[in-house]
Amino acid sequence: MSTATHVHEEHHEGPASGLTRWLFTTNHKDIGTLYLLFSLLMFFIGGTMALVIRAELFEPGLQIVEPYFFNQMTTMHALIMIFGAVMPAFVGLANWLLPMMIGAPDMALPRMNNWSFWILPFAFTLLLSTLFMQGGGPAGGWTMYPPLVLQMGAAFPFVIFSVHLMGMSSIMGAINVIATILNMRAPGMNLLKMPLFVWTWLITAFLLIAVMPVLAGAVTMLLTDKFFGTSFFNAAGGGDPVMFQHIFWFFGHPEVYIMILPAFGVVSQIIPTFARKPLFGYSSMVYATASIAFLSFIVWAHHMFTVGMPLGGELFFMYATMLIAVPTGVKVFNWVSTMWKGSMTFETPMLFAIAFVILFTIGGFSGLMLAMTPADFQYQDTYFVVAHFHYVLVPGAVFSIMAAVYYWLPKWTGHMYDEKLGKIHFWLSVIGVNLLFFPMHFLGLAGMPRRIPDYALQFTGFNEIATYGAFLFGFSQLLFVYIVFKTIRGGQKATSQVWEGAEGLEWTLSSPPPYHSFETAPVVK
Amino acid sequence: MLVNFLARLRGVAIIGGLLFWSMCACADYKLNMPVGVTDTSRDVYDLHMLTFWVCVWIGVVVFGVMFYSMYHHRKSKGAVAAQFHESTTVEIIWTIVPMLILIGMAIPATRTLIAMEDTSKPDLTIKVTGYQWKWGYEYLGEGVQFFSSLSTPREQITDDSVKKDEHYLLEVDNPLVVPINKKIRILTTAADVIHSWWVPDLGWKKDAIPGFVNDSWTLIKEPGIYRGQCAELCGKDHGFMPIVVEAKTQEDYDKWLASKKAKATQVAAADAVDREWTKDELMAKGKEVYGTICTACHQANGEGMPGTFPPLVAGKEFSAAETMLTPLREDGFLSDDNKIIMGSVENHAKIVLHGVPGSAMQAYAEQLSDAEIAAVITYERNSWGNNTGDVVQPSTIKAAR
Repeated sequence: MSTATHVHEEHHEGPASGLTRWLFTTNHKDIGTLYLLFSLLMFFIGGTMALVIRAELFEPGLQIVEPYFFNQMTTMHALIMIFGAVMPAFVGLANWLLPMMIGAPDMALPRMNNWSFWILPFAFTLLLSTLFMQGGGPAGGWTMYPPLVLQMGAAFPFVIFSVHLMGMSSIMGAINVIATILNMRAPGMNLLKMPLFVWTWLITAFLLIAVMPVLAGAVTMLLTDKFFGTSFFNAAGGGDPVMFQHIFWFFGHPEVYIMILPAFGVVSQIIPTFARKPLFGYSSMVYATASIAFLSFIVWAHHMFTVGMPLGGELFFMYATMLIAVPTGVKVFNWVSTMWKGSMTFETPMLFAIAFVILFTIGGFSGLMLAMTPADFQYQDTYFVVAHFHYVLVPGAVFSIMAAVYYWLPKWTGHMYDEKLGKIHFWLSVIGVNLLFFPMHFLGLAGMPRRIPDYALQFTGFNEIATYGAFLFGFSQLLFVYIVFKTIRGGQKATSQVWEGAEGLEWTLSSPPPYHSFETAPVVK
Repeated sequence: MLVNFLARLRGVAIIGGLLFWSMCACADYKLNMPVGVTDTSRDVYDLHMLTFWVCVWIGVVVFGVMFYSMYHHRKSKGAVAAQFHESTTVEIIWTIVPMLILIGMAIPATRTLIAMEDTSKPDLTIKVTGYQWKWGYEYLGEGVQFFSSLSTPREQITDDSVKKDEHYLLEVDNPLVVPINKKIRILTTAADVIHSWWVPDLGWKKDAIPGFVNDSWTLIKEPGIYRGQCAELCGKDHGFMPIVVEAKTQEDYDKWLASKKAKATQVAAADAVDREWTKDELMAKGKEVYGTICTACHQANGEGMPGTFPPLVAGKEFSAAETMLTPLREDGFLSDDNKIIMGSVENHAKIVLHGVPGSAMQAYAEQLSDAEIAAVITYERNSWGNNTGDVVQPSTIKAAR
């Protein structure tokens, strides 16, 4: 090897310095960090909106915001949390972990990786700026049902464009994940040897590619209905407002699983580590994930049982939806069997993972109840639904992201986080989240519709409890930020193994790992 | 330990809560779905409780195993990890057993659903129309129709020092009156955006969708007053369009229907007469119509809301998206520097009768009579500092239709 090439290689080894490192980076770790920090910022912006909502709902009457602004808050809260917080957080985890888990130096398409991240700040600046436009931001719900969404003011085309941008970013991220996993695995790592996090992300990426274009199509039809005289969803012009709901939920239901499958992957990595015992049924976990992904395409209309479908349609979607309980049950049973007769310790990642299993299962139970069409006629559009999807998204997806951060943070930074603070953060979060969302089941059953800024007197008690829980949960997350940044700046040095029971290629790398993960591919036996 | 304790606490809370609920079903602190007053609502309630208990028992077993394991199989207690994994038999068992449980739940669900969808042979049909933000009820074949909107005074909503009614936000000016023990078919549709008609005690909700007519049915067994709300986000005042159903005995219902019919013919007769109305008459009637129909958007003081609902006061500035300003300018209600001006009576009538497509302004031609539209236009042109002096006669509106 000549000296010249040697110098050239050295130049590539470390990150560039200054701001341009982040702007022009094609490194999977840098981009992963950007994604994670971006999603943390969005989590706090969306969370602030949630606190505005909870503050207004603290007692009956209008005290803090006008109804129209309240509707903007509920709509924006959902869009920001789904597209800005949860999805980018999982893409960030994928960026950091996939190459390290499969023994690759980086992602397959690094320049596209840079682009798919840097679209996001623009998309969300655009989306947030609509709050200051004439007529305010979107207020018709994140589901954007016409005809209501068409009443939006100047913000309308900007919202549509920002949704397009988010979709582009997601599709590029997904292409990158698939290309990386299918092409860059270390020798010997066949598909059924991949860690479950890799498997769940591979399946998630296919879901993303399948449904993000559907969303793009749906919002484009809204755009042409508003500005170019088409009548896709306008009954007066021969269109069909319900068709939008079908198209939207054909995207929307797989979207729900896009937000939970990687969470399954995270938990399936963490539980075996702290139980010091291999995952009970690896291949059945893979098949269960694939089955859930398949079923996600044939259950969409359970989000719209009350639109007046024919009996046959209602029955089909009820049965298909109930079926999801089977593979989901397989997953839960597998996690429990993995814990069974293990040798467990309860560090912060394990605590979050266990809370995930329990609270996600509670969300699954209410999901099963919602699947029963006749009962759904009562539950639909009430706080029962709000309780359900927050149980699967907050102590579900969000807890798994936190578990992942605590689990891999020592690997990423080379420092151990403060275990005591981590546990305090866990307990504050788990108490806060249950105070916040559990009473919502009762509110929904007792008849409180969702998306209302004011309510009848009998709903006061539980709303007060929920608001206390919201503020407890929200402010506890400041502690999370403190812990993360404290760990980045310093702390006890982490070994490369980090956790006694951890298995997988990422733990063979130093902590922190080299800038280009595996320059020479490891051999997996 | 703490996890264990907290989860047990929650279990106790759920069961305790349900017991508490069953002991005082009439208390304000409701925890569970109402049993309701129809066979359907009872079936739905039973299905809900069946699924609930299935979930509780699965939860008890799964979480029980988990907590046992977390307590006993911990490293601090010296547990050594077993290394077993993969068992096809176990996997098959925990696939088949849930399938069987699901089938057990699907059977009653299917039966209930089939009964709910059978809207044949009704004794009475009522058409329910959702508007932003009120409900319209029409008794088909009886010639009776009316609007039903929130009757809670505005001060109770915005001013915390004013005491709230017992049925705050769940009270209306004109309730839907129905007879008991009659199969009532309810058709739902909407005039503007999607709404959803929901009275929990009847056991279902159904979306009201513009351009579609959905049908459902109910048969109420006990006289009483049953309250509900719009359940589909429909804009600014979605939280303020309640539903009140008053179920009466056949005899009382007949009386009510007769008086409603008599009143309708009276009003129609008075409005239909081709006579000159005085300005005072028009202003008084206009104020009433404005209060029930227009205030939700244009506000009681006529100043609207920036960006969404234009003011009706001449000289007020209105800034909004171009798509919203253009039709106003074309009709002569907006100056080039975006100030409201009073356009012609002709265009004013056109907007009220036919609405502004693509905006929240509905067409009121079907909803309001000539006299009502004439009155409200007269009122708008002579209030809040508007002093056109115009007196719009019902005959003018009749001609403009």
